[in-house]
This record gives sequence, structure tokens and C-alpha cells, in this order.
Amino acid sequence: MRVFEVLFIVAPNIEESDIDTLVTQLSDVATNQGAQIVKIDRMGRRRLAYPIGKFNDGHYVVFTIEGSGAEIAELERRMRVTDAVIRYITIRIDEDLKRAEKFRARRAAHAAASAGSRRGSRRAEPVLPIGDDEEGDEEEA
Amino acid sequence: MSSEHRDHGRRDDRGGGRQGGGQGGRRFIRARKSCRFCADKVDYIDYKDGRLLGSYIPERGKILPRRISGTCAPHQRMLATAIKRARNCAILPFTLD
Repeated sequence: MRVFEVLFIVAPNIEESDIDTLVTQLSDVATNQGAQIVKIDRMGRRRLAYPIGKFNDGHYVVFTIEGSGAEIAELERRMRVTDAVIRYITIRIDEDLKRAEKFRARRAAHAAASAGSRRGSRRAEPVLPIGDDEEGDEEEA
Repeated sequence: MSSEHRDHGRRDDRGGGRQGGGQGGRRFIRARKSCRFCADKVDYIDYKDGRLLGSYIPERGKILPRRISGTCAPHQRMLATAIKRARNCAILPFTLD
């Protein structure tokens, strides 16, 4: 299973209620294709960094989708033909999240190991504070 | 972040610096720089965080180089990807003038 983040920008001239229906429509497209919507984040109206079409701001909506990837194609096709959606971007995030998780685990293990070694006095020499590298080398030599 | 990861950041502490003094023309005062993301233990840089990314684009809208910001290599890669994604969805500009 892959996790995707689909961000799209809805034109600012669309009514709030119409955005709601559009969001449910698009999420239905994804779920009908067998994907699972994990989260729908409406970031609200924001200024665009550069004009898109003739608009200077837009409503940002982010879907977090879990699926095989096939439903993304259909979702993107639908967004392409919907005039209200002025920009969309799909990003696969499961690998990044996995990597972040790995880093976090390693950091936790590292912290636990260093705390354990200090307590168990496996390392005879005291842990030198950062910045005293040269001094430490002299002592060792 | 992993230990190698942090080591990268530390090595970069010495890299770059601001020219100081100026009398001899050769004097450099090395300002110690360190990777902000390593210090904050950031594992993933979100492209939607315009405010964070905005601090890494100077006035022309370019990506701030590592030698200026002191960001470590792994985090600079993440940052560059995030900035490029943010540009695509109008969170950051491609150019500024």
C-alpha cells in the first residue's frame, strides 16, 4: 500500500458550499477506485505566490490517500477536467514517512544506548563535551 | 537523525563564513553555522510549510545554498525537494523581482 498526498487548489470564485460538494465528489472518486481517504485537510483560502490563470488566491485542499496508485490516475483525470480546480499536485509520501520513522527510531536507540553505557560504565573514558575534540585527542595520545 | 547524519552537520559548522576585519583582506571570521534541521531533529520537511521554506529563499526566489545557511547535505536535499514542490503549488514563487 502506498500513501499519497494530493493537494489541489480550488478557484477563489467558487462558493464555500460548492467546494464542499467538490471535495466529497473527488474523495468519492478515490474511494470508488478502492483507495482509502485517511485525511482531508482544508487549508482554507490562501494567497498564491504567483497568479494561476487569472486568480491571485485559492482554496487549498489536501487529501491523504492510501491505495495502490491506480486510483490516483482517475483522480487526476477528474481534476484536470474540473474547471474549479486550478492546480493539483500528487506526492507519494510513504517512503519519506518510513525514512523519517527510521531516523526517529535510530535516534531513540542511540539515546538509549548512550544513556545505558554511561550507567553501565562500559566506556571507561568520560564522554567529552562537543568542541573539546583536540584536547581529547591529546589525552588519548 | 542518524549519527552519520549529524556528523555531516558538524563538519559543515566550519565551512563558510563571513568576511570580517578586512584590513589584511585575508582575515576571515568563521561564524559557526550548524544545520537548523539537525538541531530541531527534523526528519521530514513539509512542502506545505511556506513560512519555514520562505526563510531559505533569498530575494530572487532561489534556493539558499548550503554554504550560506549551513544546512547539512541530507537536509539540504530534503529542503530543495520541498521548495521545488512548493513552487509547483504556488506556495513559493519561482522568481521574485
